[in-house]
Amino acid sequence: MTFYFSFTNMALTGAAASNTEFVGFDNFVRMFKDPSFKTSLITTIIFLIASAVVGQQVIGFLVAFLMKRKARPFRRIIGLLVLAGWITPEVVVAFVWFAFLSDDGTLNTMLGFAGIKPIAWLLDFPLISVIFVNIWHGAAFSMLMYQAALDDVPEEVEEAAKIDGASAWQRLWRVTLPIIKGATVTNMALVTLQTLGVFTLIYALTGGGPGEKTNTLPVFMYKEAFVNYQIGYGTAISLVLLVFGILLSLLYIRFLKTDS
Amino acid sequence: MTSKKHIQKALPYIILSIIGIMFFIPLLWMVFASFDSEATLSVKWPENFSVENWTNVLTDPEILRSFVIGILLSVISSVVLVIVSALAAYPLSRYHIKHKNSIILTILFMSGLPMTAIMVPVYQLFVFFNLNDSLVATMFFLAASGLPYGIWLMKNFIDSVPMTLEESAWIDGASVLVGLRKVVAPLMAPGIFTVLIFTFTNSWGNFFVPFILIQTTEKLPASVTIFQFFGNHGMVFYGQLAAFSFIYTIPVVILYFIGQRYMSKGFSLGGASKG
Repeated sequence: MTFYFSFTNMALTGAAASNTEFVGFDNFVRMFKDPSFKTSLITTIIFLIASAVVGQQVIGFLVAFLMKRKARPFRRIIGLLVLAGWITPEVVVAFVWFAFLSDDGTLNTMLGFAGIKPIAWLLDFPLISVIFVNIWHGAAFSMLMYQAALDDVPEEVEEAAKIDGASAWQRLWRVTLPIIKGATVTNMALVTLQTLGVFTLIYALTGGGPGEKTNTLPVFMYKEAFVNYQIGYGTAISLVLLVFGILLSLLYIRFLKTDS
Repeated sequence: MTSKKHIQKALPYIILSIIGIMFFIPLLWMVFASFDSEATLSVKWPENFSVENWTNVLTDPEILRSFVIGILLSVISSVVLVIVSALAAYPLSRYHIKHKNSIILTILFMSGLPMTAIMVPVYQLFVFFNLNDSLVATMFFLAASGLPYGIWLMKNFIDSVPMTLEESAWIDGASVLVGLRKVVAPLMAPGIFTVLIFTFTNSWGNFFVPFILIQTTEKLPASVTIFQFFGNHGMVFYGQLAAFSFIYTIPVVILYFIGQRYMSKGFSLGGASKG
């Protein structure tokens, strides 16, 4: 179905609405000529790498790693705070951050104490803002995954490395990380695919703007299909999104296979 | 101990505390503003403390309706999902099926693909079959979209129930169905619960699906009405918006706490950390 629609000029208004025709590769040709598509693809890749591949992984791992063998009440409180961002529904996350980042919002008030003038975060740094919000919302998932993985690392192995004189960094890089490699790849796969589909957060926070600065593929797809009523074109974009996701998963599956 | 060692010991606590505070601060606005009759976008201790925002939201028939729709949508779709995924997962777990591994991998693989990507074609299908604007159809779609992950989770839970227990029930003369009901189901209860909570929260928080598939304002669930509340009123009543957000978040938080124990089990069993 998706394949078929993407080869039509289906639209919700205008001549094409009553007469849907097969237009072959027109949608795809149009897409590759469309500068907005290119911008959108690049934005999506930046968003993916910054928030999913780096941000959520690093924060999630950092929290899980530092929490290991800490006092129980402390672990619980920090864990709950990180989880709060995850449990909160996406729409609410968007509102809460809209307030946090607004001109007279909490962040600017806090910066004001340090003598920094208010910054229009969502207008001047829209992509960075959206990336931060997504890290905040998703990091708990990685934290849980890494906690489970780190718990499985046998203590004796770390102790042995310690006795052999390995520094803390060496133990982390040479012992701990290789042991949890499988979990890392799986987590990375789940988190990137999840982030690839993020729509609500961006749509509610910035609407893809200002201009096209936060127009990731899902938002671009939505706008073409339901705002500009170009359903055929929107489907073509959704096909690209799907293929993107499939390629990513194949890549990760390869990683996992060569690993085991 | 030298002072360097002191710092080394304190450092993780300091870093974790900073991270914790950073995760907490954005949420403060929602809490404070919901009790402030003159709330703005900046976070401040409510000077005019009142529950006015809460009562306004909770007595608004339109908002209440959207909550009821949201609950019905989520409850029914997650119950459907649990039943179907249990039926699909049992044979996958217990019987030797040709190409079983490829089936399982395909399921896991599908569960990872972003649902957002299929919303435009799904909308077309809905229009094509005249299901557009139908809450029942949306409910079934929500259930179906959660199936891959539901089956995956469920299969892992069934796997964890030892086959020998079932076999001994059979030897005692129980049929497969009785064995299922009397032996597997009770042991599976935490698993069923996990899937139920997981899918309920997913549907409850899902904005995009009803946003695309439902057009009539009266049929919209809370996830969508909350958004319109923000966009349509020229002047936004931030206090009410905060109260709405707060109330909307509560069910998910409660469910999370109930399910937490089982959830963590689901994580280690989910096969995720094992690849």
